Amino acid sequence: MIVQALIDQGVDTVFGYPGGAVLPIYDEVFQQNSIKHILVRHEQGAVHAAEGYARSTGKPGVVLVTSGPGATNAVTGLTDALMDSIPLIVLTGQVPTFMIGSDAFQEADTVGITRPCTKHNWLVKETDKLSGVIHEAFHVATSGRPGPVLVDIPKDVQFANGTYTPKAPSTSHYQPQLKGDLAAITELVEAIEKAKRPVFYTGGGVINSGPGASQLLRELVEATGFPITSTLMGLGCYPASGDKWLGMLGMHGLYEANMAMHGCDLMINIGARFDDRITGVVDMFSPKSKKAHIDIDPSSINKVIRVDIPIMGDVGHVLEDLLKIWKSRGRKTNSEAVAKWWKQIEEWRAVDCLKFNQKGTTIKPQHALARLEALTKDHDRYICTEVGQHQMWAAQYLGFDDPNRWMTSGGLGTMGYGFPASIGVQMAHPDALVINVAGEASWLMNMQEMGTAVQYRLPVKQFILNNERLGMVRQWQELLHGERYSQSWSEALPDFVKLAEAFGAKGILCDNPDDLDDAIMEMINHDGPVIFDCLVEKHENCYPMIPSGKAHNEMIMGENVDTQMAIDKDGAVLV
Amino acid sequence: MSALKIKKGATSHSAYNLRPNFSDVIERHTLAVLVENEPGVLARVIGLFSGRGYNIDSLTVAEVDHTGHLSRITIVTSGTPQVIEQIKAQLGRIVSVHDVHDLTVEGASVERELAMFKVAGKGDHRVEALRLADIFRANVVDSTLESFVFEITGAPEKIDAFADLMRPLGLTEVARTGVAALSRGD
Repeated sequence: MIVQALIDQGVDTVFGYPGGAVLPIYDEVFQQNSIKHILVRHEQGAVHAAEGYARSTGKPGVVLVTSGPGATNAVTGLTDALMDSIPLIVLTGQVPTFMIGSDAFQEADTVGITRPCTKHNWLVKETDKLSGVIHEAFHVATSGRPGPVLVDIPKDVQFANGTYTPKAPSTSHYQPQLKGDLAAITELVEAIEKAKRPVFYTGGGVINSGPGASQLLRELVEATGFPITSTLMGLGCYPASGDKWLGMLGMHGLYEANMAMHGCDLMINIGARFDDRITGVVDMFSPKSKKAHIDIDPSSINKVIRVDIPIMGDVGHVLEDLLKIWKSRGRKTNSEAVAKWWKQIEEWRAVDCLKFNQKGTTIKPQHALARLEALTKDHDRYICTEVGQHQMWAAQYLGFDDPNRWMTSGGLGTMGYGFPASIGVQMAHPDALVINVAGEASWLMNMQEMGTAVQYRLPVKQFILNNERLGMVRQWQELLHGERYSQSWSEALPDFVKLAEAFGAKGILCDNPDDLDDAIMEMINHDGPVIFDCLVEKHENCYPMIPSGKAHNEMIMGENVDTQMAIDKDGAVLV
Repeated sequence: MSALKIKKGATSHSAYNLRPNFSDVIERHTLAVLVENEPGVLARVIGLFSGRGYNIDSLTVAEVDHTGHLSRITIVTSGTPQVIEQIKAQLGRIVSVHDVHDLTVEGASVERELAMFKVAGKGDHRVEALRLADIFRANVVDSTLESFVFEITGAPEKIDAFADLMRPLGLTEVARTGVAALSRGD
């Protein structure tokens, strides 16, 4: 019955790990061919793989794990998916109903433990209700602001026979509003017509709203000619090669993007949530701007930043109405003022905040990513990352022209996310080039999934920027904790080439900038999983950076960037 | 580093020093939350309050519509206007929540609470307690030669006042139901 419900929901892939309390379901999985089951090596890996699958396809990811430790191991992935609004359906086995509460073997209060880290969860105690709940779980996970849901199924409920409820449009009371309020949208159109220094601030909500929303966003940006920046989660909703693109904003965002956010007079937030890594000090965040916020989740609006024009609704629906109203009113913008604003932005751009100097025989991580970008950008490419410096550098130096091509743990910042995510992405896109940009410390957190990659012949490329440090921790200790490098140095790292070989995969070591291109080509051309151990500069810091307690116009830059002049001058312009 | 002008050996700095400067006037609001009557729904609501650091001054819950599977949770909470708005929005997005009403801002409403007080004493104290109970329209629901149990219904302020008066007269135990509230009119 469970497998039938999944098939009816269009599921083709399930990530999971069997155990005592899910054996009846696994027995059903064995006796069918419609759904492919991917056996991971750890339940956390199953959830991240499902996240990668979901993020790269727009479809919900499905996970099947057992009770007790199976469920508790899934908790980090659930929390990650909740923070980044990734639709997941996680099915967990549970001890039989008559044993619940008796501290049975592999019993855990799964719905209790996962209540705060799922969008919703269910414990199903009657077999007749099982299929209906699974269909409702898909509805809840994918409607409104997407998120992970969990269905806990006791073993006796799995064994019993019951009536199957076919999939039907949900009749539950949970039906989030998709259309925005037209009066509020009209107010935003009026603001767009008058704005002198506008900026689009976009986020993961655009991508969650579907490819249509990204298309509408592109049309709006091109038609208005306004500059656009995006959060980490929103990369790809507007092409990085587009001329209105300012790059990512935030703590490690680009100078021009953060300066534009600080100096704008109209900020149009589309599907982003004013995260603390974006705003910096709230009191000094874009002090002079009128702010509009389009979000499907009412609790995101006015949570951190008071906005002037709140619009509750789905990004795609709201943008469609916005474009319609704006066009019907004559497609007006204050083009003269906007041209002046662009001139200002060009000056900020000229600072070239991502400039770095690759010299000597040690590879700079920025250089490694710049070469990776140059050699892979024309491929059908998907990028995952772990969490840390390499993640920020990847966001800065790799360009994304389409949505759903960039899988990263933004909200929760889960080290160990990227490798299993890359497995999920590769499952969904078997012929694509899937690269996980990693740091060696993050990568080791879920390295057991090498077994999965090899077993299913998934040619995922693990591009490890190895600085033998917890780079971001080290950077903060250098900048903020008096250079006391407490526990941020990994001793006894494995030989990654031998490690790859031990799993039956290919390992490549590169420690010389002159060999880098050839080594990357070797990685791309190898038909199978690769661990690429790229030994990089050990003490490189990630810049630009908005230090804590500072505003967007008080960034610190890398040593190669001449900032002082630019900041003084721009500060004067903005005050 | 020089760019930050932080001395070597300085104490830590955090990126979480980001408190926004909103109004800090604390308001008290009574919220009526209609929820699906299903296992765990109260835990969802309470978990939201504890997880996000909101206050609960009082909370009552009971099924109000058996056929519709609906329970009504009445929560009295306090916080800045910003926090109250967040609480309502966060409650509203719980999947099992059907409706959230802020009775404090949605026109006039009536609030009632039931409480029981055990007052032990002899002589004048006993007589005085009985006299005051009469003034407050509290009923005696249990009586021994050395104690009374009073039952009183009213707005929370009335019950607070009664408690204040009973304390010097030998108040030994209090049980309060928490606030139930309805909006006035239709």
